[in-house]
Amino acid sequence: MPSTPYLLAVVAIVFGITFALRAMPFAALRALRASATVRQLAMWMPVGILAILAVTALHGTITAEPRATLHALLAVAVTAGTHLAFGRRTILSVGIGTTVYVVLVNAF
Amino acid sequence: MAGNVSNHMARDLRDHGGVRQHVPPQVTTSLPATRRQQIAAGVRDSFSAGLGILPLGIALGLMVVQTGLPWWLAPALSLSAFAGSVELLVVGMAATVTPLGAIALTVLVVNFRHVFYAFSFPLHVVRHPLAKAYAVYAMIDEAYAVNAALPETERSAPRLLAMQIACEAYWVGGGLAGVALSTALPGPVEGLEFALVALFTALALDAVRSRREIPSVLLAVASVAAALVLTPGVALFTALLVFLALLLARHLLATRRAPGKAAGEAAGA
Repeated sequence: MPSTPYLLAVVAIVFGITFALRAMPFAALRALRASATVRQLAMWMPVGILAILAVTALHGTITAEPRATLHALLAVAVTAGTHLAFGRRTILSVGIGTTVYVVLVNAF
Repeated sequence: MAGNVSNHMARDLRDHGGVRQHVPPQVTTSLPATRRQQIAAGVRDSFSAGLGILPLGIALGLMVVQTGLPWWLAPALSLSAFAGSVELLVVGMAATVTPLGAIALTVLVVNFRHVFYAFSFPLHVVRHPLAKAYAVYAMIDEAYAVNAALPETERSAPRLLAMQIACEAYWVGGGLAGVALSTALPGPVEGLEFALVALFTALALDAVRSRREIPSVLLAVASVAAALVLTPGVALFTALLVFLALLLARHLLATRRAPGKAAGEAAGA
């Protein structure tokens, strides 16, 4: 079993690097807040980042469980369909989409 | 209050300095809800994210115990690095006493994506320095995503912070639940991690509010397709980098083609 000092060092490293990665860009961008380019990027980025997160999360699920590729694609379609059909209630869409995937993966 | 005023002044200066055309007022809209209602809205925002975070937390707790590590590592890791999936990687590496340098490099590469969130994360709605520091510390993917899908006018510090604190409670609570369940459960329920895919899918749909968003979506899809082909191991990082580069190119093109029009779009959207 790893020693306690080693584990504490791991905890400290993970904290330090993660917080620095999140905080430093804000410090750097503060000076650029008035820049038209940065404001334009701030407007264009969120929708694209969300699309990228959705695709890479789906890709991660498929990579972890390649035999469930069709199940995952079907569950994504159900999630999107539920979201658009039932008034964009995120909890409902996520709940139904995840249930469909869990049932498919465990049943077939 | 002083920060409030100077903030308004800075924006006024910006609006008058940078743009010649008519600009709709951005700042003076009074917040539609009381503080209590904003906190309740933030906790409600967190529920859909919680569906993804809680199972991941339980998986972390289970993994810590099943790899023979002391149980306290689950809450210690969730609190020190509120970062989600990278912690599962770290637990696996810690269990085999991987050198600290290798762990540091892994965390750096996997979490580097957060650098890109700063452009559009609404940190400016939070005024208190400690609250600002917490909002940055707790800027996980889910918190960024839930916030990005909200209209600008509905954002506020209490709503943002309540959502982030709730997300952290799910994460730490899930880890402790996983530790507690590790003796009772044979293994986690397979497939629950799909909740994250579903969450990002629903939020991406919410963010496409008008046809103006379509070019960004297309550029993002091109970026992620290229990243999956070129660097499948670090696809998220590459996709964000390519996306940023494409948006910069788009901005350059737009300003070169019609300087006045581009400035108007930038300020009026």
